[in-house]
Amino acid sequence: MKSLFNSLRASSSFKGMHWLVTGFPYVWLLLFFVVPFLIVLKISFAEAAIAMPPFTDILSYAEQKLTINLNFGNYAYLFEDALYVDAYLGSLKFAAVSTLLCLLLGYPIAYTIARLQPAVRNVLLMLVVLPSWTSLLIRVYAWVGILKDNGFINNFLMWLGVIDQPLQIMYTPVSVYIGIVYAYLPFMVLPLYSNLVKHDVRLLEAASDLGAKPWMTFLTVTLPLSRAGIIAGAMLVFIPAVGEFVIPELLGGPSVLMIGKILWQEFFNNRDWPVASAVAMVMLAILTVPIVLFHHYQARDLEGRR
Amino acid sequence: MNNGPARISKFSYAALIVGFIFLYAPMLSLVIYSFNESRLVTVWAGFSTKWYGELFNDQQIMQAAWRSLQLAAFTATASTILGTLSAIVIVRFKRFRGRTAFTAMITAPLVMPEVITGLSLLLLFVSLGQWIGWPEGRGMHTIWIAHVTFTVAFVNVVISSRLQEMDISLEEAAMDLGANRVKTFFTITLPIISPALISGWLLAFTLSLDDLVVASFVSGPSSTTLPMVVFSSVRLGLSPKINALATILISLVSIAAFIGWWLMWRKERQRLRDIQDITSI
Amino acid sequence: MTAAKAAAPSPVLPTDNYVTINNISKTFDGFRAVHDVSFSIRKGEIFALLGASGCGKSTLLRMLAGFEAPTAGTILLDGLDLNGLPPYRRPINMMFQSYALFPHMTVEQNIAYGLKQDKLPKHEINDRVQEMLKLVRMETYAKRKPHQLSGGQQQRVALARSLSKGPKLLLLDEPMGALDKKLRTQMQLEVVRIIERLGVTCVMVTHDQEEAMTMAHRIAIMEAGQISQIGTPAEIYEQPNCRYTASFIGSVNLFEGTLDEDQIDHCTIKTADLDVPIYVGHGVTGMTGMPCAFAVRPEKVSMSKTRPEQMHNHVAGIIQDIAYLGSESVYHVRLQSGKMVQVELVNAVRWGSERFAADDAVWIYWEDESGVVLTA
Repeated sequence: MKSLFNSLRASSSFKGMHWLVTGFPYVWLLLFFVVPFLIVLKISFAEAAIAMPPFTDILSYAEQKLTINLNFGNYAYLFEDALYVDAYLGSLKFAAVSTLLCLLLGYPIAYTIARLQPAVRNVLLMLVVLPSWTSLLIRVYAWVGILKDNGFINNFLMWLGVIDQPLQIMYTPVSVYIGIVYAYLPFMVLPLYSNLVKHDVRLLEAASDLGAKPWMTFLTVTLPLSRAGIIAGAMLVFIPAVGEFVIPELLGGPSVLMIGKILWQEFFNNRDWPVASAVAMVMLAILTVPIVLFHHYQARDLEGRR
Repeated sequence: MNNGPARISKFSYAALIVGFIFLYAPMLSLVIYSFNESRLVTVWAGFSTKWYGELFNDQQIMQAAWRSLQLAAFTATASTILGTLSAIVIVRFKRFRGRTAFTAMITAPLVMPEVITGLSLLLLFVSLGQWIGWPEGRGMHTIWIAHVTFTVAFVNVVISSRLQEMDISLEEAAMDLGANRVKTFFTITLPIISPALISGWLLAFTLSLDDLVVASFVSGPSSTTLPMVVFSSVRLGLSPKINALATILISLVSIAAFIGWWLMWRKERQRLRDIQDITSI
Repeated sequence: MTAAKAAAPSPVLPTDNYVTINNISKTFDGFRAVHDVSFSIRKGEIFALLGASGCGKSTLLRMLAGFEAPTAGTILLDGLDLNGLPPYRRPINMMFQSYALFPHMTVEQNIAYGLKQDKLPKHEINDRVQEMLKLVRMETYAKRKPHQLSGGQQQRVALARSLSKGPKLLLLDEPMGALDKKLRTQMQLEVVRIIERLGVTCVMVTHDQEEAMTMAHRIAIMEAGQISQIGTPAEIYEQPNCRYTASFIGSVNLFEGTLDEDQIDHCTIKTADLDVPIYVGHGVTGMTGMPCAFAVRPEKVSMSKTRPEQMHNHVAGIIQDIAYLGSESVYHVRLQSGKMVQVELVNAVRWGSERFAADDAVWIYWEDESGVVLTA
């Protein structure tokens, strides 16, 4: 009898704590991460209005009847106006090319660091991450001074006499690519490094022992083994880059169409919250596949690859 | 496992050098031109520290900076608590209903575009204000909630990976010696994962201090943060004051990083010495 | 089951049931890690659970410690039902395989940790810690952190910590698993000395038969979640009750056959490997004609170049291989039936192994009392 009581007490207090520990972050994330999406979804079906908040309610309750007014006009509008379609396609292109550039630049960096002495490794890794601890805004701002018509690059090239007219780099796709690669490079290098550093050098030795040339060893052993790192890095760059606002805003100028900028303008300049919501929902729909892919690898990582 | 250095090609070294020039040259240019006499940021006109003086006299920037630092500290603290709890859930509670949903909710913010997070949180606050009268307006409290929500995912990654490495038998040993679960957590688990808590806190702090987009959506009229002030200034063109601000920020981060590295290096050296002591017994 | 028979030679004492394990089972996701195990442990005894990895011995130990709850069955410790008691309420302490020394605490603080949980007065804790440090001869290392200690020193601290609260039952999980071989032999004896001096009852888990035989008073052999035999090291070795135990502990020659004749003082076994039935100097309870096996250890088999004079238990063969091990040599002899038999002879004379060479035709033989009949 006493042991039964003990067991009940022990298990119930454990259950209670279990619930508390799980419940607190769970409720927070439900309320501030999941519910907001449902509200965005709801408002994307509303109509803009001159009011505060500036949209109509999709639920109306009159004469004891609940009516739901779903307005698909916002979504139709997105697909009718070439601006939005171009902006979506533009964002995907900018994000994809930048991801590829980050991979091409980041892979050799991560690979080299992972092959150095442990003490040197940590210092270099810290130097890779260090810039992202300072403000993104300030780092993008630095490129304005470098790329603009009377910036460092143009001044330097004109001083050399290579050109006599300033090159237009600023406010072109090139400046946006530079900005995105610069800002997101650490996010590519980190997952690649933590993958590559776990590789067994003996595998490479075994491969070369079996007669593989260095580049063959790389293609047939190292590259396939680092797939998880490549995917994690690529998703960490690609997904946020699709919705990037600061970089196209400061470096892109009016000709560069990216959807993050459009959303911002719809919201702050046009005050059209329903269209901004529809823009967000379509963006989210496009990003579902990469987000699920990322989650698949990340969850395995978090839970310790069992 | 990596067994020491392998052969490293010239190409690898070249990639490393190019990569670091790419990462640091822009920051170096910011620092150099913060000491420029001229208002024109890209034309050198002699050494001067006058922009620092102007920066410190700019009430708007100084107020926003103070506000942002406070916000970042509160965000980091809450985020570390939530991130620790969620790390325990992810790493220790292997089976419960709703676990899949939980891991999805804790990993998705890592990659969620900021404009989506910002917009959705703003719409939540507006709707909540309509339905239940809270929050009445927007200000520091709404930015705090928004920042905690997106930084907790990053903190969770840092703490989870440390918690995974921790030998679970340490916790079992504490319970075996008579400490209940709560006591075990505070006397054993927490001290052992404390370095991760510090890194997590610092990460959340810098993320909060850096955020422009989310804060722009959920801020109120009296809650302009430092990035928002910097953004509106940068939009108007280059300003040596911003270079001065950037230099201060870069210096602070570098000093913090150096201290962190130095502490680690000292600890590592001590560890190696201990190993030598043991083997020489 | 057979446990009762094997333990029979020792007299039953009132303290025999200090720890009683009744019909304990543990199932993980449909996998039966421990299946209906019952046995008891005497007060002051060092009891070893011995088995290959995955046999359920660790799960059983973790159920004793309270880290796993049994799916069915009860555990009684000195009359106290442990079911439902969390680990921190059990008068049981464990020394972990990894030692699990708290890395952020000194040796002293580690040992004091359990005492602090009991809210003892400070001076009492200090006295007890000093006593423990003295017991394991680590007084001079009190202020060190675990990473500043060698493996053997860490083990002493872990032992001191698990003994500090004066547990009614001490659990050792693979106690020598983290030590190198040379240190292992030394520490085995030292740990036993400490445990016996305190008179604490102890259950240890190990996969190393040498460790179990050196340290334990009694051994339980576990296989596939069940106990196949319990007995003293000598009983387990000399009187295995089944083919698994016989071949798990040491090496053995097994002759499969059928029971031919069964008397009170002897029995005979018909086998295809010998022309004459094997004569065994003890009786078995079984029906004539039932299948059984005869087990004889290699060191109990003799070998000669001439036909031995005894009537039974000899067979001719040819030496196939010789493994020279220094103190002894193991000869692999092929019988006419094709069966390989191992014979172990002590090399009492220098260069003595020259007596037998590969391909020699030899006779092997053994005494009536040298082997046992296995029916399971």
